[in-house]
Amino acid sequence: MNQQVQTHTLSNGLTILTKEIHHVPLVSHWVWYRIGSRNEVPGKTGISHWVEHMQFKGTPKYPINVLDQAISRDGGFWNALTSLDWTTYLETLPADKLDIALDLEADRMVNSSFDPQETELERTVVISEREGNENEPLFRLGEAVNALGFKAHPYRNQVIGNKKDLETITRDQLYGHYKQHYSPNNAVVALAGDFDTATVLSRIEELYGNIAAQDNGTLTPEPEGALEDFYRVDLEGPGDTVYLQVSYRSPAANNEDFFALMVLDSLLTGPSSLDMFGGGSISNKTSRLYQLLVETDKAVSISGGLQATVDPYLYDILAILPPDHPEDEILRVIDDEIKKLQDHKVPAEDIQRAIKQAKALFAYGSENITNQAFWLGYSSMFADPSWFDQYIPNLEKVNAEQLMQAARKYLNSEQRIVGIYRPKEKGK
Amino acid sequence: MAVQNINWNNLPGPDSIQRFTLANNITVLTYNNANVSSVYMVGLLNSGSSLDPQDKLGLAHFTAGMLSRGTARHNFNDFHEELENRGANLSFSCGANNTWFRGRALAEDLETLFSLSAESLRQPAFRPEYFERMRAQLLAGLAMREQDTGEAASLLFDQFLFPGHPYGQPTDGYPETIQRIRREDLLQFHQDQYSPDGMILIIAGALDSQQVVDLAKQYFADWENRSAKPQPLQALPDPPTELIRKHHYLEDKSQADLILGTRGPQRTSADYLPVYLGNNILGQFGLMGRIGESVRTRSGLAYYASSSITAWADSGSWEFSAGTSGENLEKTIELIRDEIRKYVSAPVSAEELDDSQSNLIGRLPLSLESNAGLANAILSMERFALGLDYYQRYAQTIRAITPADILNASRKYLDPDRLVITSAGPGDDIL
Repeated sequence: MNQQVQTHTLSNGLTILTKEIHHVPLVSHWVWYRIGSRNEVPGKTGISHWVEHMQFKGTPKYPINVLDQAISRDGGFWNALTSLDWTTYLETLPADKLDIALDLEADRMVNSSFDPQETELERTVVISEREGNENEPLFRLGEAVNALGFKAHPYRNQVIGNKKDLETITRDQLYGHYKQHYSPNNAVVALAGDFDTATVLSRIEELYGNIAAQDNGTLTPEPEGALEDFYRVDLEGPGDTVYLQVSYRSPAANNEDFFALMVLDSLLTGPSSLDMFGGGSISNKTSRLYQLLVETDKAVSISGGLQATVDPYLYDILAILPPDHPEDEILRVIDDEIKKLQDHKVPAEDIQRAIKQAKALFAYGSENITNQAFWLGYSSMFADPSWFDQYIPNLEKVNAEQLMQAARKYLNSEQRIVGIYRPKEKGK
Repeated sequence: MAVQNINWNNLPGPDSIQRFTLANNITVLTYNNANVSSVYMVGLLNSGSSLDPQDKLGLAHFTAGMLSRGTARHNFNDFHEELENRGANLSFSCGANNTWFRGRALAEDLETLFSLSAESLRQPAFRPEYFERMRAQLLAGLAMREQDTGEAASLLFDQFLFPGHPYGQPTDGYPETIQRIRREDLLQFHQDQYSPDGMILIIAGALDSQQVVDLAKQYFADWENRSAKPQPLQALPDPPTELIRKHHYLEDKSQADLILGTRGPQRTSADYLPVYLGNNILGQFGLMGRIGESVRTRSGLAYYASSSITAWADSGSWEFSAGTSGENLEKTIELIRDEIRKYVSAPVSAEELDDSQSNLIGRLPLSLESNAGLANAILSMERFALGLDYYQRYAQTIRAITPADILNASRKYLDPDRLVITSAGPGDDIL
């Protein structure tokens, strides 16, 4: 019998979320920390991500490679991700191997070594990761747009960090960041799969019970409201492809407008989910901007991007254009269509269609337990686990009036950033 | 041991997979996954880019892409309304030997996947307007490919691993070959090469097998193509006999992508599983095996470094890849060659073998968790005639492989002095 999500909290503040799913002998176990690039200061951008890399370099109990062998040898996989608002570590493994994951995550919450030599080796790995990103025109465009999207909020930086900071951050700064932010009161443990909740809870109590809560002193930046003006950035690079990114301020995920913006995005650029681990996609060929831009040969593709974030972030519309196509025409089409959404109520059947698409994506995303466990912890980073349970009901509550209000509030042509990446002239 | 936790008889096998063949030689396999509310479909036909004329490379890919751009019964918009209104998806793609289609829907919409896939394959419209639009989209894709270091390294690698053979040529062609293709070429290719003969169709998910049988008969049983032409057999070139080093300079890139390797066993070869297991030790296990350990963990030279094998019915490739800065490129190549040299010089240790055997066996349930995972596994069993009990026998097959088996099989393919080594990114061309 599959159970609903249960929430437990230890006296040291550690939150534990469990969802039993018994149809396959697998468990997915995640530990989430409320620390990401959002909490970084100038000069130390990228430090949260680099700390995440160092967490794979071993503790006295689980030296480097021992951890890796322990997880991998029975068919498990492990990984970690650093994002704007959080850092997370996951292991999905055979159900009877869960204890190794519980033990190693509790251990590396406090005991990671941050060996100085390993730190230096990892510096070049992280710089290599950044250089791989820099190869992509869209990374460069996104970095330039974000820098305009925020005056001071750290969302203006990329999670990977600035290269200059990656060259100068020290081992002691990394270790300090780790010791400051990795504590039970700043963490959420999320499990989905084939386990018994009572047994797992008592084991977690045993492993984490003696780790003290602490004052993390985490930098909490001032959220930034609507963009004050129209901004534009032009980039050039080799090739024959034009990339156009149009970005608007988006609401925080726990803002009531978030679901309206999800529906607007679905109408404009097609349905998408927030899944990061599995699931499936639906094409966007009947979305409004595909019809208006791709079906008229003005663009070769169109997509939208809305992220669930703690503070207001950016909602992006991205178009790939044929060479030499004037972007003004594309912007005019986007503006005209948004104007319609601001001035007229969306027909009920269009909203119903977006809901059906969201339900289908939700069903595809529920096919694997890794993605289910992901959702438990992920939604806790910006709301609580009920955000996940209420995802479809909240979408279903969105009405035409709210859509019109949200389009007026968030999608103004006078308050946005236009970023263009254009081929440079040959021979320059 | 985790393997004790796996009930091998619960894995897809002869008792749980329903298999039937239509009179026109379409084989359909179904698997009921009671834990989900969705269905997944994957199918393949025996028509791929190997059939492209030299001056029109990309023709098979172009044709496959046009299948979802409207049929005799549905124009483009109606076709996609049918799918997208239901939150369903159906896409077509093309490899060297096959045209593929993949679909996903809520269980209640399975018939939509059948009706639209059948229409697309049997009665594509190839409307002129969409033909030109698709061409522009393909050219845009090729322009992006041209600037992608990973793609550029991969193109060079294939070209020098399979010189003069279709496997050495890009499925999506080149800008000049795409420009040469006419709408009539697509019509002719479809008429000559799209046939139910040998088609395989797999459906996994929340389904009733009898319903699938009925749908397959309804939509596919009366398909025939008497003018279809047999696929010509093309001789494979010899594997590399020396080090072949090529580099493609790309402007304004911070990092180079590297691919090196050689030929690997075909999927049906007795060498396949020993090589697959050996490769797990060499470049997959944990944080990318010995290669990851050497290049990333011990030397800090790259964010990614690993190896993989790809196998088809008649050949395969064994590839080592890494992303690294221009100045560390040659050092990375030497580190990987050193690991290859060690690997073919001495048997893997008992501990490494045991780790990787456990890894391959233990991860089976994970790979068979989703509908897509199940469908792809069943497709492999059917396509390469592995037997429908392949996964039920898998643990004992893997456990029976010895270090000597791995060494003997690997040496037939891998030699540190006979490799194709390609890269793209910063640094002067090596042509």
